[in-house]
Amino acid sequence: MPNYKMSLLCCGGTGCRASESVRIVERLREEIAAAGMDNDVQVVVTGCFGFCEQGPIVKVIPDNTFYTNVKPEDAEEIVKEHVVKGRKVTRLLYEDPDTQKHISDSKHMGFYQKQLRIALRNCGFINPENIDEYIARDGYEALAKVLQGTPQEAIETVKKSGLRGRGGGGFPTGLKWEIASKSPGKEKYVVCNADEGDPGAFMDRSILESDPNSVIEAMAICGYCIGASKGLVYIRAEYPLAVKRLQIAMKQARDYGLLGDDILGSGFNFDIEIRYGAGAFVCGEETALIHSMEGKRGEPTVKPPFPAVSGYLGKPTNVNNVETFANIPVIFLKGPEWFASIGTEKSKGTKVFALAGKINNVGLIEVPMGTTLREVIYDIGGGIKGGKEFKAVQTGGPSGGCLTKKHLDTPIDYDNLTAAGSMMGSGGMIVMDEDDCMVSVAKFYLQFTVDESCGKCAPCRIGNKRLEEILDKITKGKGTMEDLDYLKNLSKVIKDTALCGLGQTSPNPVLSTIDNFYDEYVAHIVDKRCPAHKCRALRVYAIDPDRCKGCTACARACPAGAIKGEVKQAHVIDTEKCIRCGACLEKCKFNAVTVQ
Amino acid sequence: MDKIELNKCQKDKIAEICAEFHNSPGELINVLHKTQGHFGYLPEEVQREIARNLHIPVAKVYGVVTFYSFFTMQPKGRHSISVCMGTACYVRGAEGVLEEIKKELKIDVGGVTPDGKFSLECLRCVGACGLAPVMLVDEKVYGRLEPKQIKGILAQYE
Repeated sequence: MPNYKMSLLCCGGTGCRASESVRIVERLREEIAAAGMDNDVQVVVTGCFGFCEQGPIVKVIPDNTFYTNVKPEDAEEIVKEHVVKGRKVTRLLYEDPDTQKHISDSKHMGFYQKQLRIALRNCGFINPENIDEYIARDGYEALAKVLQGTPQEAIETVKKSGLRGRGGGGFPTGLKWEIASKSPGKEKYVVCNADEGDPGAFMDRSILESDPNSVIEAMAICGYCIGASKGLVYIRAEYPLAVKRLQIAMKQARDYGLLGDDILGSGFNFDIEIRYGAGAFVCGEETALIHSMEGKRGEPTVKPPFPAVSGYLGKPTNVNNVETFANIPVIFLKGPEWFASIGTEKSKGTKVFALAGKINNVGLIEVPMGTTLREVIYDIGGGIKGGKEFKAVQTGGPSGGCLTKKHLDTPIDYDNLTAAGSMMGSGGMIVMDEDDCMVSVAKFYLQFTVDESCGKCAPCRIGNKRLEEILDKITKGKGTMEDLDYLKNLSKVIKDTALCGLGQTSPNPVLSTIDNFYDEYVAHIVDKRCPAHKCRALRVYAIDPDRCKGCTACARACPAGAIKGEVKQAHVIDTEKCIRCGACLEKCKFNAVTVQ
Repeated sequence: MDKIELNKCQKDKIAEICAEFHNSPGELINVLHKTQGHFGYLPEEVQREIARNLHIPVAKVYGVVTFYSFFTMQPKGRHSISVCMGTACYVRGAEGVLEEIKKELKIDVGGVTPDGKFSLECLRCVGACGLAPVMLVDEKVYGRLEPKQIKGILAQYE
């Protein structure tokens, strides 16, 4: 293997690939070859760096130069200037939005400064398709360590670390393993839940794309602890790149004797199979997931029996999510005390969030539990896009709720988020600004739940449909104040009576928006007005007579013939005839059309 | 829906896929993935054939096909357009993009253009939220979309 003096790391995550990062890699390699430096400089395709907003990203090692928004045509300059002459290409460096200074090393960027990467430790550092790079960063050392002790000792370590399930529920992982290990039965299963369905959350996919070996190692550790020799990864078929990288990693692990029979000469056998999901949100629920793996409709069943007692094929099964597994090897390497020293009293370690929506720095971040929303949104996220005003952040996806300005200084952990009427969920964090209508957002989530309800239990199947209908009525200006009470009551009934986690949490977006944005509901119902101008049926278009030049562009564009007026004279919109399509607003060159 | 007749070659292909998964009912979802990959969709006749090979009632196959959004009983267009309706794309204007495509192609979500060129679907989160709003045409991801770009993008496809 050549001893490279310099490495160019190029992001091969989904977002950057969509911006031609594959082509950038090709071009960099061509330029390096043309400069005759292929024995000294290598180009490595890594997983996600997290800073998706600034992608594609190319990082130069050893000087840690962090190039952003790279295009294939920039390859020549990077190689000729930086690689050959050692001069940084300043125009591709990140520009600090406050000081307008170029920052070369990612360590000094606001986006990275407050982050602590445990689950994402290898993302963007290693080539996910080469197991040697994982091993070089202490990969599989935790497994070797665990195999030298007893399963009970390893379970104790996980318990001591205080790690809780990162998929949403927050159940203590060590306890879960202990229950599965004590369940009688010779045949047991370890399942990795990679059915990431929460729209706007993509951490599991990024981990699998960037560091698949950490999940494989953790599953083997879990297998040893609970006495299972078989693992299954349940993954969305919509994640082809993650599937491919997982398959490559599994094959390499088998070749190295890290999966299969007699792992590391310990007598412990463990292997992993992949099962594909087929697009059903409810399959993120443990029991539904297990039914889906058995080739059935992914409908949940009542717990108990818990999967730890009777799961896949009726055998004891331990289900953990990708991010939970990704934390495991580090706990063994650095010790449970170290892990437990991070975070808050009841939530230990870090959490990965997919920061998205109306925020400057969209991306994947990992922060210690207990970090405040303000730090996440303003320090890491760089504030709201376009200098607009922060309105709310939605956490927990369709099962969660909205947090508002008053929650900005709340430390983020499982219990605080639940107390604030939301939940941790898998870690989607969608930021909204003054232009977002909260009634519409609640409706959006309810539409999602109605689509994804499996239909097995009546509260979820029928109740959510009714909630959606009432919300639709309100956004069309036909709601009444009684509807608000009805929404609240029905929400409580659904929460209390639905069969599984999906139904029990689906009214959360409604309840939390009513709690936090009551005035906005009232504006829709009583004033027939949408404060964010988002609800089409409630918009009122008008023409400002002082600004209107009488150019007739709007009248010609209006499909309903609702605009009247003579040439060179102010026009008027007939609100009765207006269908609120907004065509006049688009056509007017004089900003004379207003929306209320 | 029009009835179709499967020829022997097609039936053999289905039998081959089922055999690859040991004709095990537990592998039904994998069988369906592979079959849809081959035929492009899962019409009634194909489902019957799978049921026969796996020795399970056709109702069970139909139940699974209709449960999961990934499986379709409609043939797709030559190019399939998927608009991301994840929350990040939604708050950054995915609805406007979708409306524009509907208007341009004169089809609804789930529909196929009469010439069989495009089919239109929505999906939940591609995971490229940094590029929101996003759509896929076949495998290619288009990001930071604005409705006015749609016409130009669609014109690139034959």
